[in-house]
Amino acid sequence: MNASLTSSIVTTAVGVLLLTAVLQTWRRSTAASVRLLVVQGLALAGLVAALGASRGDAQLLLVAGLVALVKAGLLPWALGRTATGRLVERDSGVRPALGLLGAAVLTMFAYAVSDPLRGGDQSAAARALPAGVALVLIGFWILLTRHSAVSQLVGFVVLDNGIAMVAFLTSDGLPLTVELGATLDVLLVVVILRALTTRMRDTHGGTSVDDLTELRD
Amino acid sequence: MTVLLWLPVLVPAVLGALVAWRHSDAYARYVPLAVALVILTCGVVLVAAGTIVTSSVLRADAGASYVLLCIGAVAVVALWGGLSSTSLGGRGESLICAFLAAMSLAVLSDNLGVMWVAIEATTIATAFLVGHAGTRGATEAAWKYVVLGSVGVAIAFLGVVLVYASGRAGGSPTLSWVALTSGNLTLSPHLARAGVALAVLGFATKAGLAPMHSWLPDAHSQAPAPVSGLMSGVLLSVAMYAILRVQAVGGAHIGVGLVHGLLIAFGLLSLAVAAFLTLTQRDYKRLLAYSSIEHMGIIALGVGSGTTLGLTAALLHMLGHGVVKAAMFVIAGRVLNVTGSSRIADVTGLLKRRPDLGWPFLVGSAALLGFPPFVTFFTEVAILVALTQAGLWWAAGGAALLLLVTFVGIARQVLGMTVGAPGTQDHAGDHSLVDDPPRWFRTAPVAIALASGAVVSFLALVFVPVLGAAAAALGVAR
Repeated sequence: MNASLTSSIVTTAVGVLLLTAVLQTWRRSTAASVRLLVVQGLALAGLVAALGASRGDAQLLLVAGLVALVKAGLLPWALGRTATGRLVERDSGVRPALGLLGAAVLTMFAYAVSDPLRGGDQSAAARALPAGVALVLIGFWILLTRHSAVSQLVGFVVLDNGIAMVAFLTSDGLPLTVELGATLDVLLVVVILRALTTRMRDTHGGTSVDDLTELRD
Repeated sequence: MTVLLWLPVLVPAVLGALVAWRHSDAYARYVPLAVALVILTCGVVLVAAGTIVTSSVLRADAGASYVLLCIGAVAVVALWGGLSSTSLGGRGESLICAFLAAMSLAVLSDNLGVMWVAIEATTIATAFLVGHAGTRGATEAAWKYVVLGSVGVAIAFLGVVLVYASGRAGGSPTLSWVALTSGNLTLSPHLARAGVALAVLGFATKAGLAPMHSWLPDAHSQAPAPVSGLMSGVLLSVAMYAILRVQAVGGAHIGVGLVHGLLIAFGLLSLAVAAFLTLTQRDYKRLLAYSSIEHMGIIALGVGSGTTLGLTAALLHMLGHGVVKAAMFVIAGRVLNVTGSSRIADVTGLLKRRPDLGWPFLVGSAALLGFPPFVTFFTEVAILVALTQAGLWWAAGGAALLLLVTFVGIARQVLGMTVGAPGTQDHAGDHSLVDDPPRWFRTAPVAIALASGAVVSFLALVFVPVLGAAAAALGVAR
C-alpha cells in the first residue's frame, strides 16, 4: 500500500472518529448513540487495518478484525440490548449546544497540549495523535454531563476508544496478549454495567444516576 | 521454585471455576479459605527463599513475594472470619477466587500491561460482590464502584500505553518491568513523564486515595463483611504496589520527584478527608472505610518521603493495616448480624452486651488508631520521622495534626459503641449459618490477626531483612 493512500485512510478514519465523538455530545436518544458507536468502532478498525497494511504487519490486521468485532459489534450490541428488547431512552442533561461547545473546547485543548507527546514525529499517524486525546477528553465530558446510566456507558466506551486510538497511533498497539486482555476487560465492564442498569431499573424505578442518592455522609 | 509462581494464580482460577460449576456442594464455602492458605504458603516460601524466581511473564522478587504474603495473610483472616457470618451462595465464592487469582497475577506479573489487565479484572470480579445484597444501596454502590473504578483504571491504561510508546524512541518498546527499570533503555522523556503521571493517577483511584476516593466508603459499607476486608487489605494494597512499580520505572528514567510530589499531595488530602468525615460519621462500616482511606494516605506519605525508612515503614504498614482491618470488618459484620443495623447510634454497650464482639472491636480500633504495642504505632512514627528526614517537616506536621483529629473522631465513635450501658434489645439474635462452626473456630482468625498486629513489631530481627529486601526491590535505590 503506498504512503499517500495510507495517509489518506488514516486521516479519514481519524476524522470519522472525532466527528462521531462530537456528535455523541449532541444526540439525545440512546439508540442514535449506539449507532454512532458502531460507526466509531468501524473507523477505529479501519485505522488499525490501514496501519497494518502499510507496515505489512499481519498481526495488526488480525487486531483490526478483533477491533471491528468487539467495538463495532459486541459492545454496541451489549449496550443497546435490554431485558425487554431494543432500548429507547432519552437523556436529559446539559443542552445540546452546551454539549457541542464543550466538545469543541476540549478538542482545541487536546491539540494544544498533545504537541510535546509527538516528539517531532511528522508522520500522518503522529499528527493524528491529538484526536485520540480529544476522544479521551470528550468521553470524560459525556460521563460528566449525562445523567442516564446508558449515556454514561457510552461516554466510557468513547473514552476507551480514545485510549485505543492513542495506543495504535503512538506504537501500533500494545503486545497482543495485553491487547486481548484489555479488550476482554472493557467488554466485561460494559456487560456488568449494563446488568447493573437493569437492576437499577428494578430497585430505583429508572436509570438516571441522579437517583443514586442513598449513600452519602 | 517456578511452581510457586503459578500456584497462587492457577489454584484460585481452577478452584473458582469448579465452584462456579458445582456451587451447591457443601465444601464450596471453604474453597476461598483454602485458596487463601495456598497463596499465603507460596508467599511465605518465596519470602523465605529470598531469591528472584522467573517463569515466562511471571516474576517474583523480594517486593512481589512480600506483597503476595500480605495478600495471603489478609485473605486468610477475612475469609476465615467471614465463614461464620456470611453465605455468598456459591457464585460469590467463585468470584472471590477469581478476585484472588487476579490479585496474585497483578503482583507476580513482570509486565505492566498484564498487571493492568489483572487489576481491571478485580473490578469485574468484585462488582457483583459489592452489589450482593441487591438493595437500593448495594446497587448504587456497585454502579459507582464500577464506573469510577474502570474510569480510573482506564486513565492508568492510557499511562501504560504512553510508557510503552515512549520506548519507541529507543527502537524496542516493551512493557517488561525489568527491562523498563534496567537503565539500558532509552525512553522519550515527554511520553514517559505523561505516562508515569497518568498511571499513578489511575492506580491511585483504585488505591482509594483522595480526591478519587468517593467509591470506597460506598463499596466497603455495602459489600458483605469478608469482601470489605479483602478490598481494604488486598485491593488497596495491590493498587499501591502498582504505584510502586510505576514509580520505579519513573525513577529509572525521569526521576521520582513527580511521583513523590503526587503521593505527598494525595496522602495529605486523604488524611484530611478521613479526619473530617470520621468526626461526623454515623455508620460504623463507613467509619472503617474512611479509616482505610486514612491508612492508604499514611502509606502514600511513607512512599512519597522517598527515603528507605519511609518505604520500609509503608510496606510494613500495608501488612499491619491489612490484617487488622480485615479482622475489624469481620467483627463489624458480626455486629451487624446481631444488631441488624449499621448505624453507630443503634449499637451501644457492646462490652457488656456481647463481650465476645465488644473486646475485639475495641482492641482492633486501638490498633487502627496506632496505639502501642501495635505495629501501626511504630510504622506511623517511622513515616513521620522519614518525612522530617526528607525535609518535608510541613507534611509531617500536617499529617500528625490530621492523625490526631482522626484519632478523636474514631475513638469517640468506638467508645460510644463499646463502653457504656447496653441500650436496646438484640435485633433477632445471631443470624449464623445452619452448620455453625464451633466457637474457637469463629474467634481464632480475629484473635490471630490482632495478636500478630501486636507481635509483628517485636519480630524486628525476622522482619527487617525481609522488609529491607522488599524495599530495595521496589524502591528507587537500585
